[in-house]
Amino acid sequence: MNEINWILAAFRIIGVLVMMSAAVFACWLLSGRQSPKRTSEVFGWLFLIVLWALGGYALTSRYALGLGAVTHLSDQFPWGIWKGLVICGIAFAAGGFLTACMVYIFRIRTFYPILRPVVLTAYLGYILSATGSLLVDLGRYHQIWRPIFYWQDQSVLFEISWCIILYSCVLTVEFAPILLDKLGWNRVSRVIHAITVPFVICGVILSTLHQSSLGSLFLIVPNKLLPLWYTPLLPILFFLSALISGFAMAIFVSALSFWIFRHPLEPRVLTSLAKGMTPVLLVYLFLRVADLTARNAWVYVFRYPLQGTTFTAEMLLLTLPLFVLLKTRWSGRRRWAFAAAIPVIAGVILNRLNVAWIGLLPAMHSNYFPSWIEITVVLNLVSYGVVIFGIAARYLPLFEHPDIGGHSHASTTGEHEKAIVQLEARHV
Amino acid sequence: MISRRRFFQTTATGALAALGARSLFAETPADPHEGAGVLVDLTRCIGCRACENACLVRAGFDPLPAATIGYGAGEGKLSFRTRTFIDFRDGGTEPKQPVKRQCMHCLEPACVSVCPVGALEKTKSGPVVYRENICIGCRYCILACPFNVPKYEWDNALMPRVGKCDFCADRQAKGQSPACVAACPTGTLKFGKRAELLQEARERMDAQPDRYRYVYGKDVVGGTSWIYLADRAPEELGFPQGLPKEPLPSLTWRAISRVPFVVIAVGLILAVVVRWRTRNVTEQA
Repeated sequence: MNEINWILAAFRIIGVLVMMSAAVFACWLLSGRQSPKRTSEVFGWLFLIVLWALGGYALTSRYALGLGAVTHLSDQFPWGIWKGLVICGIAFAAGGFLTACMVYIFRIRTFYPILRPVVLTAYLGYILSATGSLLVDLGRYHQIWRPIFYWQDQSVLFEISWCIILYSCVLTVEFAPILLDKLGWNRVSRVIHAITVPFVICGVILSTLHQSSLGSLFLIVPNKLLPLWYTPLLPILFFLSALISGFAMAIFVSALSFWIFRHPLEPRVLTSLAKGMTPVLLVYLFLRVADLTARNAWVYVFRYPLQGTTFTAEMLLLTLPLFVLLKTRWSGRRRWAFAAAIPVIAGVILNRLNVAWIGLLPAMHSNYFPSWIEITVVLNLVSYGVVIFGIAARYLPLFEHPDIGGHSHASTTGEHEKAIVQLEARHV
Repeated sequence: MISRRRFFQTTATGALAALGARSLFAETPADPHEGAGVLVDLTRCIGCRACENACLVRAGFDPLPAATIGYGAGEGKLSFRTRTFIDFRDGGTEPKQPVKRQCMHCLEPACVSVCPVGALEKTKSGPVVYRENICIGCRYCILACPFNVPKYEWDNALMPRVGKCDFCADRQAKGQSPACVAACPTGTLKFGKRAELLQEARERMDAQPDRYRYVYGKDVVGGTSWIYLADRAPEELGFPQGLPKEPLPSLTWRAISRVPFVVIAVGLILAVVVRWRTRNVTEQA
């Protein structure tokens, strides 16, 4: 027994040390390959080192001791916030397929500049929040490949696994130009270029499927999920809210990344995204209200205090931005478009947590609340995404316009030409 | 699932064959009503827990300590080890009615339909069995089961398993009755063909209408292989409320069956848009 404790301690120490050195290295890269200069930078370094050290402890504990020892999951409540992160993360990666569709399929010039940062966000969302979180959450994480070979076509989860695998391939193709530009591999770049549009079409189809399927996951529990959220419309509502969060994330990511990294961003980008989000949000809210009324489910708001509160919060977060979005005087300003995106993002997160966690509690006679290890792992996975994005923004051509198609050269704007000249200059 | 079969009959085109190959070519499953079942006559149960003990022994776990046989302490719930137990619910002013709990072996089980890798299977002879070497540990079955039956081996760090009653499929294959049925001293449990047991339940109710007033499992969630006969309502016996009569997998199937249509519709729309936009951009040039 004593020996096992020693092995566990050693395993944990190694985990913490590895994660701390990774944090130092990441911070060094983020600060431009320098040690921290300003006080704010020092605090940033310290924060990340502490967070990742805790992450090292949390992850080694999870793999050494198993789910029961480190999580608050139980037979009564088998799905926790790790599954919640999968469901939220995929909703927020919707910005990727949405922007790719607007750029490659609809050829809307306004959105060319934000394609790369948003696609990278989606890529990270899928790799970290979907695959990464499943690698922690699955009881047999080492069997994660199994759905590839063991088919069970009645299962929503099977469909989602396949969509995640295929869509990750699509995202790789969409992301590849960023890396290839940096490396200057023109021949590979040309091949990728030729296959992009069909891949984007596949990406939109796959996203439509699995964004809605995440809602279908809960169709099987009519007696467990509170009627405030359980409805046969779940797949449609999940797809619509994924679109909404896709617009909101595109606003959020492009605004933040362009502001933080001091790249000029046309004001039209954010306001056009906000304009696109408004009708979807209206349709979504109309469907929600009509559905709740038709099923006579409003009474549950008062019957369950906790669920009533989170439901009200969710609805308010999704409704309030409309006051900004519907007033052209405000929504025409990018600051307001940005301000409207934030409650929308929070509202969709809350919606996913309500469906996958809070709305299930009463019927499952559970008072599940995640353990500190579960929370630490979630924060870690999110921080990996933020850090990788930051490093990519610093070292990869993330804010340059993609070259969309042969004809787009004909009507390029001055800025676009400049970007191409820059690109060609680098290749020479 | 009839809706499912009809769906594939009407849409069996080449494109769909590629998408749903396995469903198309899978052999038609045997009528689940023909499979094995157990009739649980709760009016005969004395709560001796011999079934609970027999189940532990058969699954290779330690038997119940002798002192706990009969009314008394025990785990009192299903767990990874405890695949059946006697639930002593407080029946209010009525005497306590012990209720045996275990997997109900639904005719169209939610757990089987949700498993992404097919680790759970409804066998033709009746049992819903779990194949641990295929499981990936997603625990969707635990969430989806309307009766909260599957339990997890939470303390196993490397190869955790799902624990649930398998209706003693191995004993059934050898022509024996399940261990719990064999151990029951009062004749509460009767093993046989489900259709015949339903018939018998009907006969008993007709013969003694005062003693037998409710039958449970005939059509809840599409019917279960285990059927309960009792003198009081299922709600008083602790069975879950608000379950539909329709099998739960059909709730999901309604969404999944639309997958091919979504693929074709979205694909066509996008292809049209691509053509239209390419022409537009060329003309502008």
